[in-house]
Amino acid sequence: MSEHSTYTPGNGVEKWLDERLPIIRFSKEHLMDFPTPKNLNYWWTFGAILVMCLGIQIVTGIILAMHYTPHVSMAFDSVEHIRRDVNGGRMIQAFHAVGASMFFAAVYIHIFRGMYFGSYKAPREILWILGVLIFVLMMATAFMGYVLPWGQMSGWAATVITNIFAAIPVIGTPLLELLRGGFSVGNPTLNRFFSLHYLLPFVIAAVVALHIWALHVPGNNNPTGVDVKDSRDTLPFHPYYTMKDAFGMVLFLIPFVWFAFFAPDILGHPDNYIQFSSTVTPAHIVPEWYFLPFYAILRAIDFNILFIDSKLGGVIFFGGSIVILFFLPWLDTSKVRSGNFRPMFKWFYWLFVINFVALTYLGAAPAEGIYVVLAKICTAYYFIHFLIVLPLLSRIETPRPLPTSISESVLSKSHA
Amino acid sequence: MATQAQHSTTRRDFIFVATGSVAAVGAAATVWPLINQMNPDASTLALASIEFDVSAIPEGQSVTIMWRGLPVFVRHRTPAEIEEAKAVPLSDLKDPATDEQRTKEGHEQWLIMIANCTHLGCVPVGDAGDFDGWFCPCHGSHYDTAGRIRKGPAPTNLVLPPYEFLSDTLVQIG
Amino acid sequence: MNIKTILSALILSFGMGAAAQAAEAGVAIEKQSWSFAGIFGTYDENQLQRGFQVYREVCASCHGARLIAFRNLAEAGGPGFSEEQVKALAAEYEVADPAADGGFRTAVPADRWPSPFATEQDARDANGGALPPDFSVLAKARGVSDPFPFWVFNYFTGYSEGGPDYIHALLTGYHDEVPETAPHNSDGTPFELAEGKYYNDYFPGHAIGMAPPLQDELVTYTVAEGEAEVPLTVDQYATDVAAFMMWMAEPHLAGRKQTGFVVLLFLVIFAGLMYATKRKIWAGIEH
Repeated sequence: MSEHSTYTPGNGVEKWLDERLPIIRFSKEHLMDFPTPKNLNYWWTFGAILVMCLGIQIVTGIILAMHYTPHVSMAFDSVEHIRRDVNGGRMIQAFHAVGASMFFAAVYIHIFRGMYFGSYKAPREILWILGVLIFVLMMATAFMGYVLPWGQMSGWAATVITNIFAAIPVIGTPLLELLRGGFSVGNPTLNRFFSLHYLLPFVIAAVVALHIWALHVPGNNNPTGVDVKDSRDTLPFHPYYTMKDAFGMVLFLIPFVWFAFFAPDILGHPDNYIQFSSTVTPAHIVPEWYFLPFYAILRAIDFNILFIDSKLGGVIFFGGSIVILFFLPWLDTSKVRSGNFRPMFKWFYWLFVINFVALTYLGAAPAEGIYVVLAKICTAYYFIHFLIVLPLLSRIETPRPLPTSISESVLSKSHA
Repeated sequence: MATQAQHSTTRRDFIFVATGSVAAVGAAATVWPLINQMNPDASTLALASIEFDVSAIPEGQSVTIMWRGLPVFVRHRTPAEIEEAKAVPLSDLKDPATDEQRTKEGHEQWLIMIANCTHLGCVPVGDAGDFDGWFCPCHGSHYDTAGRIRKGPAPTNLVLPPYEFLSDTLVQIG
Repeated sequence: MNIKTILSALILSFGMGAAAQAAEAGVAIEKQSWSFAGIFGTYDENQLQRGFQVYREVCASCHGARLIAFRNLAEAGGPGFSEEQVKALAAEYEVADPAADGGFRTAVPADRWPSPFATEQDARDANGGALPPDFSVLAKARGVSDPFPFWVFNYFTGYSEGGPDYIHALLTGYHDEVPETAPHNSDGTPFELAEGKYYNDYFPGHAIGMAPPLQDELVTYTVAEGEAEVPLTVDQYATDVAAFMMWMAEPHLAGRKQTGFVVLLFLVIFAGLMYATKRKIWAGIEH
């Protein structure tokens, strides 16, 4: 996109630098002058909000690691030490713990925005796939981070989730022992989770860089889904979107600090304030809320499918529910991107959202009675949406007429 | 000229300047706790000052106690040691200090010093060396019965921690 | 302006978070009014001192508090004991110290609260096999599950007093005999208490190993002159000790909430200014 660059080195030093490492040129092109559709709404600020979330997690996480002790006999107390004795530790710890939830809240909004406006469609398939990859890495990171305080929920989450791998035929048990570094979850498990929990955020940051790179090749999608035609459709990223994103970030911080300062434990579970004991399982174990939809899918398969037993079946559906996201660009073949111009898709989209929230609810509900049936129905719809509804809609739906350009749609809106 | 230009943009500038200032304040208020967390924490600070009962140390003996993670010698000196220390002319000393300066008035028998050699930090050995005080085995520094450097590479006397006697036998260090 | 979008974004995120906590069946716990609830909540020093007295005289013989140091009792936002009081208090206790003669020495304010039992097994042996839990964070390890839709509101009110509510309920929820309200076993036979167990309305499974620890006039409160008389009842003791346990679990609660209020106020002002800035920049652009 160098044709948009208006950069001319201001002095000799800048010129010297520009010929060797054009970092100022690059920053100006991509962070300031980058042509961005003028009609992006506030759902688009979540990209910047997510960068902020990653930053908060990395900074607070590096600090927590300065005070945390990854050993089964000291981990629990060292987290309490951070809360009680370290200067400002209670705030930093609360921001990190609440930050995980806020990060996922933001990423779900970001994903659902992409789904509604068809941001995964050509030429943005790689952008979408990298995004799903970030989501998977986030889940792994969050899971391992949750184990570190070594409470009851931590230890049992580690036990239950690593057990998922035991469902794999033949190599399951050796793989399980490899992951845990023992026959049960113990000190080696805690240590490797700490190591990987520190590593993965930097991997995420690298994939985020690729994600933004992939974004800057075709440029942003927009609420109309219509391609950018000329410069009348766009605005330079700075100051228009830097300021809009900054406003979004500050607004997002309000519920963030509300939780961090006034209810730091409300998003967690009381049982995690009991040190892990491998002899007593809490009465009702649930993962953190952001894993619940997938956890519900895992639990929903309580029957054997042909020669596949229910445990492996659950794992297959659980894995499938995430893997299927990678294929979304080829499941929805409609040429129209934005849900605003797809009358039928719109309905099914919101049904999918409700279904997803229902799965979240069911993941936390006890696995009994009506909840079991509902979980199966919701799991079924989750897959039906991707495998049947989306491909079918692309064939039978008649989209509403699209505006010829972004600027036209903007003008008609402001005159309406 | 400048006033005119200002006039047309005052309101706009005011909002930008106000926003920028508030952002700067927020950034500063955020950065400080992120740095301050590296300072000694409350559990460390709680041990910054300790109390020690010296009554159990017999004359001619010393004990090593820990203070702020450093070893501290507490020596119950004999009259002979005190006399020996007082007899040394200041001109013989590399780092001149009188015995009075090395102890507290009325408690001359108690010598309390941080037990790290002022050369490179080793812990000297007691009742040793050419001056009946301490001898550092690492690089051969000799200290006398008041913990003053007499011979060897150490530049200064053994360091005295801040301390005071709360009673005849109870001393507060730090 | 698309503030609507932002609001719906927030609601969606709250909604998903809220959906997390499914209601759990149980006996309804009556919520108490705590001085430390809400945005401006702080601990009541007198209550914490009374709660500490109850803890020390009644609970501490079985329940440890390994994360609490004596010095904490003099810290701001806590029970408000003076440094001298804490020093004198610590001097009444012996703590294990491998470096000391005989392995024990007199405690100093920097020491942690000594455990009533040397090992977990000792604790079990002395209590009929049941382990009296450590009190340090117990108030946060217990909670109250509200039925739908009430738990949704908790995210907006910041309800974080489930622990003390539960503790208060537990301490006042004993019955001398199995009451008629006791649930029947799954095969329809009446509820029966095992040997050495006591019936409690709020303990999961109702059979608790701890004998009713409180009774009226068990602890004598000393009331400062001019202050109102505090009733010497089980309910009062339970309330005070629950508040003290919350302080043990969250000793910095008051400071946290004060900082939080300033930060929240700052962010609201900052958001307002950001919005004005953003509007100024976008003025005249059709979008």
